Amino acid sequence: MQKLIKNGLIQTSEEDVLDKAFDGSLPSNSALVPLSYFLVHTDAVLAQSNLGVWIDSDETPEDLAPYADKLTLIAINFPKFADGRGYSFARILRERFGFTGELRAIGDVLHDQLFYLKRCGFDAFAIREDKDATAALEGLGDFSENYQADVLQTSPLFRRRKSLA
Amino acid sequence: MYKYDGIDTQIIQERVTQFRKQTQRYFDGTLAADDYLPLRLQNGLYVQRHAPMLRVAIPYGMINSQQVRKLADVSRKYDKGYAHFTTRQNVQFNWPEIGDVPDILADLSEVEMHAVQTSGNCIRNTTTDQFAGVINNEIVDPRPYCEIIRQWSTFHPEFAYLPRKFKIAVNACPDEDRAAILVHDIGLEILKNDAGELGFKVFVGGGLGRTPIIGSEIRSFLPEQDLLTYLEAILRVYNRHGRRDNKYKARIKILVKANTPEKFASMVEDEWQHLKNSDTKLTAEEIARVKGFFLEPAYDELTNNPASYIQAKEGSTAFSNWIKRNTHAHKKDGYRIVTLTLKKTGIPPGDVTDKQLEIIADLADQYSFGELRVTHDQNLVLSDVRQDQLFEVWEKARSAGFATPNLGMLSDIICCPGGDFCALANAKSIPIADAIQSKFDDLDYLYDLGEIDLNISGCMNACGHHHVGNIGILGVDKRGQEFYQVSLGGDSGKQASVGKILGPSFAQESMPEVIEKILDVFVANRTDEELFIDTFKRIGMAPFKERVYAKAD
Ligand code: SF4
Repeated sequence: MQKLIKNGLIQTSEEDVLDKAFDGSLPSNSALVPLSYFLVHTDAVLAQSNLGVWIDSDETPEDLAPYADKLTLIAINFPKFADGRGYSFARILRERFGFTGELRAIGDVLHDQLFYLKRCGFDAFAIREDKDATAALEGLGDFSENYQADVLQTSPLFRRRKSLA
Repeated sequence: MYKYDGIDTQIIQERVTQFRKQTQRYFDGTLAADDYLPLRLQNGLYVQRHAPMLRVAIPYGMINSQQVRKLADVSRKYDKGYAHFTTRQNVQFNWPEIGDVPDILADLSEVEMHAVQTSGNCIRNTTTDQFAGVINNEIVDPRPYCEIIRQWSTFHPEFAYLPRKFKIAVNACPDEDRAAILVHDIGLEILKNDAGELGFKVFVGGGLGRTPIIGSEIRSFLPEQDLLTYLEAILRVYNRHGRRDNKYKARIKILVKANTPEKFASMVEDEWQHLKNSDTKLTAEEIARVKGFFLEPAYDELTNNPASYIQAKEGSTAFSNWIKRNTHAHKKDGYRIVTLTLKKTGIPPGDVTDKQLEIIADLADQYSFGELRVTHDQNLVLSDVRQDQLFEVWEKARSAGFATPNLGMLSDIICCPGGDFCALANAKSIPIADAIQSKFDDLDYLYDLGEIDLNISGCMNACGHHHVGNIGILGVDKRGQEFYQVSLGGDSGKQASVGKILGPSFAQESMPEVIEKILDVFVANRTDEELFIDTFKRIGMAPFKERVYAKAD
């Protein structure tokens, strides 16, 4: 089973990630359906609490805006870890559309990306299956202070520096 | 200069620890070479043809004597006793061991230096005018804004995996542009609006490389407090929409061109509406805090042209030549700006030994408030030298090899490391620079020619900025042989333009002769006050082409 780092703990991922072209009948087990499927079967997917949606890096997070308060799980795929679009997607979902459910990074998700992913609003990380998730946990704590504002710390360092000194 | 507080120090130290662990995992095999690659690049570590190469950041070119001594130290301890100043206001070590790099970074962090984001597809070192803060004709000192950008771009969580590298440059001079902002991904020109408020004119999508393009203006006035939110909007549009399928089409210039600058500007504007009032909007307090690090040093109250200085100039042509070529007017009476040239014939442009670094640090301490600037043409600047001390500085610089009075002249060549060091090279570049410098070492002839930028890159990546050289030389590969393509008419200043290719490329041996023919055409055609670039713009390519490719009869 794929390891999932969530709430700072190692768990296993319950959800199947359905293919991007999936067009079958509504799954009964826990699953992540692709964005295109969700946009066609929106109400049916929303009615089932064991389903979430995943979007790929070449898709548009704005498509999920109307459902941000109804969805409980959104996953963003990183086809390659060097494909950084998902970082922007995450911030838009969190900061602009106010999504408060689970935001999961899937795909090429590795130890050394976790810290920035976390700052951009991800709270669950499906570590690539050939990697040691326990070792990766450490990546969440690489830095104790940052210059910029982010999803977790909405005030940039320059607004806080005085009180920290 | 900016001075770290406890938080800045802690962030840099945590970076060293992080990189040490990554390197350990790489050596013990739990971090694959491919996964380590972008991590080490974001720490300035390349693996080159002969050895790894470590690129250390010199933020917007500012460095103090203590840091220069540390570089000397590092070059002795971990390298072969020399360092190389690059065309990006950075410094490189060409022979470190990968396993030593965490220790090098730890050493550097003791003097507030690092290699953060000196490479990789992220926001790189922000660059500016090497004369910032000491010239008369600037609107304000651009360095505080560079520092604000440095902090904002350092470990930005959203923009570490951009489609390609990203470079920002800032200029604050209304009539000159030593920072070449029009050939950067973002160029910022500081100006005042009619109400006297400070802000930026914003250009995007300039760049060299395979497809050289001059940046387009997307905003005529951005208030200073909006700087970071607006940059964030540009970067987000680029991060989302820049091409990732072809690395040669991945720079922001391609995105801007594909959408047209107008459309791109409106995409940025839409994004910015969401960001402009966020907490990332700068505060007057923060701008004032950072400006506080760039106050004037304790200048003496002096007058221009003291007697001893005038006498020294009259007594020595060599000294007065050097003054003319290698020093520049200072905003403060009784001072001048001195450029130490690192372009002595026989030495790769930008190279300095550990001993020379120490001499440079001493010069800075004795004559220029302990600070230096690194220029994009691979020279160093002592920004605040008293006129009555110039003769002493000249004598010392001359005996150390930094006073070749060729600044801006043909032999003041900008040159990338090329095939001698760089794995990407098509051809060597340093020997070409060397051959040209040796052929044209008659200073009278060089002065007579006037200012000419000659830039050399070993491949299309254009680290030597060949496109914007008045004369540009590009190493190309022709059936496994090293050849050189020549372009003419490039210009990196206010009238920025990209050079045009002269014609078929040449073998290495014939390069000095080709340059000679080009210069002959210039000399034969110029009018009294014309520089090479003016003559070229007036007479065009044809006469040069004719002469260079004329059949010998
Ligand atoms: S221009 Fe090419 S050869 Fe020269 S340093 Fe850059 S990548 Fe290397």
